[in-house]
Amino acid sequence: MFDFSIITRWIDQLLRGVMPDAAATVVECVLIGLALLLGYAVIALALIYVERKVCAWFQCRLGPNRVGPFGLLQSVADMIKMLIKEIIEIKHVDKFLFGLAPYIVIIASVTAFACLPFGRGLQVLDFNVGIFFLIAVSSIGIVGILLAGWASNNKYSLIGAMRSGAQMISYELSIGLSILTMVVLSGTLQVSGIVEGQVDGWYLFKGHLPAVIAFVVYLVAGTAETNRGPFDLPEADSELTAGYHTEYSGMHFGFFYLAEYLNMFIVAGVAATLFLGGWMPLHVPGWAGFNEVMDYIPSIAWFFGKVGVMIFVIMWFKWTFPRLRIDQLLRLEWKYLLPINLLNLLLMVIVVVYKLHF
Amino acid sequence: MKNYIVHFIRGLWSLLVGMYTTLRVFFRKKTTERYPENRKQLVMFDRFRGELVLLHDEQNHHGCIACGICETNCPNGTIRLTSEMVTDEAGKKKKVLVEYQYDHGSCIFCQLCVRTCPQRTLAFIPTFEHAVFTREKLVHKLNREGSSVAPKPVAGSSITA
Repeated sequence: MFDFSIITRWIDQLLRGVMPDAAATVVECVLIGLALLLGYAVIALALIYVERKVCAWFQCRLGPNRVGPFGLLQSVADMIKMLIKEIIEIKHVDKFLFGLAPYIVIIASVTAFACLPFGRGLQVLDFNVGIFFLIAVSSIGIVGILLAGWASNNKYSLIGAMRSGAQMISYELSIGLSILTMVVLSGTLQVSGIVEGQVDGWYLFKGHLPAVIAFVVYLVAGTAETNRGPFDLPEADSELTAGYHTEYSGMHFGFFYLAEYLNMFIVAGVAATLFLGGWMPLHVPGWAGFNEVMDYIPSIAWFFGKVGVMIFVIMWFKWTFPRLRIDQLLRLEWKYLLPINLLNLLLMVIVVVYKLHF
Repeated sequence: MKNYIVHFIRGLWSLLVGMYTTLRVFFRKKTTERYPENRKQLVMFDRFRGELVLLHDEQNHHGCIACGICETNCPNGTIRLTSEMVTDEAGKKKKVLVEYQYDHGSCIFCQLCVRTCPQRTLAFIPTFEHAVFTREKLVHKLNREGSSVAPKPVAGSSITA
């Protein structure tokens, strides 16, 4: 299986050969930043297209089909429109916070994006508390959302931001606990270590019952975390006219929009990493021939394939279930998901201690 | 406690049923019409009321006896009949249609004219590309050039649009 670290190491040596170490590090940081932002933007455009197509198919429509073949250039056209739109100045807003909020949201999202293992040796941030770091930075986004609602000087925005705050803080708990369950099984917080640990079977199969429960809980909590339907009350187009980003226009709105889709990608990516083996091919212990055939599929294709499946499931949720009320939302978290999660964590500890997993 | 578990499982099951339903819709045939591309194949359903026509047969005969019932019934004054009195060879006076004017722009497609026509010589046809640049172009003359009333009352089936 191809190891991408060969390429990165080659670039590193090339740069160190022609310039001093400090300069090489700076150049590498810039290159990585560019690559990340480019990947971020491209994935966001692709996701917007996919979302519109999937939504259309669930409603017996065709979706975008005019701009480019099969409407493939639709989201590019939308992006150009968004870029050349005016950013409208709004009276009586807190100018500094109003301008700052979309950047906080997008920075949190990009930093979490950098932690994902895209392929063998293709990971930007990888250190011993990687998954913990990922949860921590992805939670920063909520500060941006609260700021956006507060600084907008608009009651709908404020209600949207407050709902978002209550929702995210509640569901952060479930996400954290279900990730913790898987960390108990893997025995490491390092993202690359978690992926390597699934070389002889994905954790979803290795951890059997507790892993499956954690997977379902993670999916529900992850959907809530990204403010997507059925948990889209912070935006609730029909009641709050888009909630916290009502007052934003032009590219500032674009940042919220991008971050929303990329957060879905990150949630799906973490689900793929923790439960479905990240970029690790499907290996069945004992079937050497089968494992070898699976190894021929590039690791990056495995990762994006799994993430694609997870994203489809999340979109499937959105276009199936009606929106929850705020009290139903909080009841689901505090009365159902949290107790189940705690019991499940206990179950997982028992499974690991008595070596009941595969 | 028992209630809690039963409700939880029942709720989970209903969610799965919902997801199964939407998945079936996902793979269903799409209803979107891709209009300009499919204008060759696109067939409107029979009862679609596109525009009013006066039915003519192969000999350029129509059935209109210029009775004016359609004109009276039209709620919008969309139909204007011009007729003249003609004396035929037998010396009988007869009302003959000169012009059947139909203003497509003010028609509400109620079909009262078609229903009340004693000769059954009016019909709506399912055409739909009617956009024009001026209102004047929407006013049509429905009796064809050089057409005349059929010698006998024509049965609706023998006349084609």
